[in-house]
Amino acid sequence: MIIELGHLLAFLALGAAAAQSVLGLTSGGEAARRLAVAGAMFAALSLLTLIISFVRLDFSVELVAAHSHSQKPLLYRIAGAWGNHEGSMLLWCVIMAGYGAVAALTMREGKLRDRALGVQGLLTVGSFLYLLFVSSPFTRLVDPPFDGAGLNPLLQDPAVALHPPFLYLGYVGMSFVFSLAAAGLINGEIDRDWARRTRPWALGAWSCLTIGIALGAIWAYYELGWGGWWFWDPVENASFMPWLVSAALVHSLIVTEKRGGMASWTVFLAVLAFCLSLLGTFLVRSGVLTSVHAFAVDPARGTILLIGLGLAGGAALALFAWRAPQLKAGPEFDPVSREGALVLNNLFLSVSAALVLVGTVTPMVLQWLGEAQMIAPEAASMSIGEPYFQLTLAPMVAFLLLFMPLAQAAPWRKAEMTPLMKWLLPSAVIAVVAALIALAMGGWGVFLGFGVLVGVWVVAGVVQDILRRAGAGGWRRILKLPLTVWGMAIAHIGMGIFVIGATVETAARTEQTFPLAPGQSAEMAGWKFEFQGVTIVDGPNYIATRGDILATHDGRTELLQPEQRSYPVSEMGTTEVAIRKTLGGDVYVALGDQLRDQDNVWRIRIAHHPLIDWVFGGAALIAVGGFMSLAARLRRRAPANAEAATAPEAAAPQPGAPEAGVGASA
Amino acid sequence: MRKRSQRLWFIGAAGVLMAGAVTLGVIGLGGAVAFFQSPSDIANKGVETFKQNVRVGGLIEIGSQSHGADGKLLTFKITDCKHTVPVVFDGIPPDMVVEGKGVVAEGKFDVDGTLVATRVLAKHDENYMPKEAYDSLKRAAESGGEQAMTDGTMTCGDGSAT
Repeated sequence: MIIELGHLLAFLALGAAAAQSVLGLTSGGEAARRLAVAGAMFAALSLLTLIISFVRLDFSVELVAAHSHSQKPLLYRIAGAWGNHEGSMLLWCVIMAGYGAVAALTMREGKLRDRALGVQGLLTVGSFLYLLFVSSPFTRLVDPPFDGAGLNPLLQDPAVALHPPFLYLGYVGMSFVFSLAAAGLINGEIDRDWARRTRPWALGAWSCLTIGIALGAIWAYYELGWGGWWFWDPVENASFMPWLVSAALVHSLIVTEKRGGMASWTVFLAVLAFCLSLLGTFLVRSGVLTSVHAFAVDPARGTILLIGLGLAGGAALALFAWRAPQLKAGPEFDPVSREGALVLNNLFLSVSAALVLVGTVTPMVLQWLGEAQMIAPEAASMSIGEPYFQLTLAPMVAFLLLFMPLAQAAPWRKAEMTPLMKWLLPSAVIAVVAALIALAMGGWGVFLGFGVLVGVWVVAGVVQDILRRAGAGGWRRILKLPLTVWGMAIAHIGMGIFVIGATVETAARTEQTFPLAPGQSAEMAGWKFEFQGVTIVDGPNYIATRGDILATHDGRTELLQPEQRSYPVSEMGTTEVAIRKTLGGDVYVALGDQLRDQDNVWRIRIAHHPLIDWVFGGAALIAVGGFMSLAARLRRRAPANAEAATAPEAAAPQPGAPEAGVGASA
Repeated sequence: MRKRSQRLWFIGAAGVLMAGAVTLGVIGLGGAVAFFQSPSDIANKGVETFKQNVRVGGLIEIGSQSHGADGKLLTFKITDCKHTVPVVFDGIPPDMVVEGKGVVAEGKFDVDGTLVATRVLAKHDENYMPKEAYDSLKRAAESGGEQAMTDGTMTCGDGSAT
C-alpha cells in the first residue's frame, strides 16, 4: 500500500504548490510560506515511500521491477530510486519544493519572498504535473515478476549514486534564482537589496552543480574504462552550459550588490541559467542525441519538456522585456576598474556558453531540418567533436584567467593599469618560468604552454593578493581575512589548479595496449607490469574476471587487480580499472578482452594520467570557495551589517598605487 | 566616462569577442565535424569520396571481431544487413561494444577503405541501440533489406547480424 500513499502525497504536494503559487502571487504571503513547507514535506515523504519500495524490493511496483533486483546491495537499492527517469523526476520535484521550503523558512518577510514563493510554486506545479501525468513512478504491475530486471550495472557505483542529487541541487537550485528574478521583475525592484538576497541562492546552486559535474567526470574517468573524464559529449555539455552561465551570474551579482550596476544583465542571466538547466534536462531525457551517456529515452516526454521550457523561458523573457527598460542603471565606471573586469568575466563566460550551445545544438537542429526535409539527408546527420570545443573554448578560458588576478586587485570605479601590472610582475615571472619548465618536460605544445602559464599566473596572483590584503599583519592577519575574500581566493585557486591539471593531463597522458599471456610483462612510464593471469571471483550480483598484475616501480612491487565484471541479470559487463595513485598522477590499468585467436592472452591497457587529481581537486576547491562565500553571506544577513562589511573592502587602496584609491572609497 | 560611451565600449567588446569566437568556431568546425553515413551510403558513393571524419552506425557483424596479428588493435565490421564497413580501433572499446549489438564508430578512412576509428560509442543500456545505428538499419530496410524491428532495437532478418 505504501506506494499508493506516495502517489497520494505527490498529489497533495501538487495541491499545496498550486495554492502556494496563487497565494504568493496575490497577497497571502504568510499562507504561501506555510504551504511551501507543507508541500516540501509531502514531496519528501512521497520520495521516501518510493525509496522504501526499492529497499523492500516490492516488485509489484513497475519502477522497482524494472530497475532493481534481489541481489543488489543496499546502497544501490536506495540509489536505484533515482537511478532511472521517473524516480529522478520525483527527486527533481522534491528538491524544487525543498528550495521553496528553505526560502520560506529563512528569507526575510516581504514582497520579494512572497512573489518568489509564488513563482516557485508555479514551477513546482509544472514539475509535479509532468511527474504525475507523463512519468509516474507510482505505477503498479498487475502481474508482478518474481525478481527485478536489475539496475544498469554501470550505475552501480558510489560516485554515480550521488551524482544525480548534486546535479539536481544545482539545476533545480537555479529554479529558485529564476523565481527571485521573476519576483524582482514583477515588483519592479532589481536593486542592491535584491542582489544581496539572491546571491546566496546562486552561489549554493552553482557550487552544487560544480560538485555534480565533477562527480560525473570522476565516474566517467574510472568506470567507463578508457580513462577520459570529459568527452565534450552533448549530455556533458548540457550540464556545462548552465554552469558557465551561473558562474557569470555569481560574478555579475557582485556588481549589482556592491554598486547597483548591471541589474538588467544580471536578471537576464538568472533567467537564462534556469532555462539552460531545463534545456539540459530536455537534451538528456528526450533521446535527440547519440551520446556515450544516453540512457533509455522517450521522445514524447522530450516534447513535453520542451513545451515546459518554452513556457517558463517565454514568460520570464516577456516579463523581462516589459520591466527591464524601467530598471535603474548603475553608477558610472571606468572600463579599467573592478566593474570593468567583472564585465569582461561575464563576456568570456557567456560567449563560452554560447559556443558550447552552438556546438551542442547544431547537430540536433540539422537533424530536425533533415527530418522536416528542408535540407538533404546527407547534410542532416553529423556530430561536432572535441577539436571544435578545444579550439573555441581554450582562448576564452585563457583570457578569463589572464584577467582574474587583475580583477581581484582592482578597486571599484577606476583603476590604474600600470601600477597593477607592475605589482603583479612576480606572478607573471613565476608563471612564465613554470610554463617553460612544463614545455621542456612535456614537449612544445601551445595548448600545454598556455594552460600552465595562465593556471600558475592565477594561483600566484591570488596568493599575492592575499598577502597584500594581509598587509604587514602577517599570518595572524591572513587568518582573519573576511570569509568572502577566502571564498573568492579558494575558488580562483581551484580554477587555476583545474586548468593546470586539465591541460597537463590532456597534453601528456600516455596509454598503450599490451597483449599479455600469464608470465609476460610490459614496461611503461618507469613501471614494469608483470601479468600473472586471471581468476574468477564472485561478487554480490556479478561475476568478475580479475587480472593479477605485479607492478614494480623503484624496486617496490605491488599487486594491481583490474576486473571485468559480468552482470548475469542485465546481461551487461563493466570494466573495473585498477588505479595506483602517485604524486605525479595515476597509473591506470584496465583488463581488456581475451585475444580471439590465441589462448589465454589478454589485452591489458595501461595508461598514465599525470596530474589527474588536480582536475578533480581544482573542481572541488571551486565548489568549496562557492560554499565559503555562501557561508559569509549567511553570517551577515541584516542589511545594516552588510553595508558596514562591504565598506572596508571598497575603500581598500589599489596595490602599488595608494594614491589611485581615492576614487574607490566613494 | 559617459553612460553612452560606457555602453558602446561594452557592445564593442562583446562584438569583437563574438566575431573572434565565431571565426575560431568555424575553423574548429572544419576539422571537428563528422557526418553520419550508413554502410550502404558508403558502399553506394564509394569509400574514396569520404576524406573527412565520418560517423558510421550499424550492428557489429557476428564473427567479425578480431585482434589482428599483434593483438594491439581491435578490428570489426559494421553492418546494416546489406553492406559492411571494416573498422579498426586502437584501444579497448566501451563495455557495450558486443557482436550483434548496435555501435557507432567515428574516424577517417585509410587508403584500404578501413575506418580508423578514434571513438567507438555504444549505449549504456541493454535494450536500446544508438540512434544512428538504428537509422542505418532502418534506411537499409526501407530499400529492401530483411531487418526486424522491435521497440527501439533492430536485428538482421534471422535475429543475428550476419
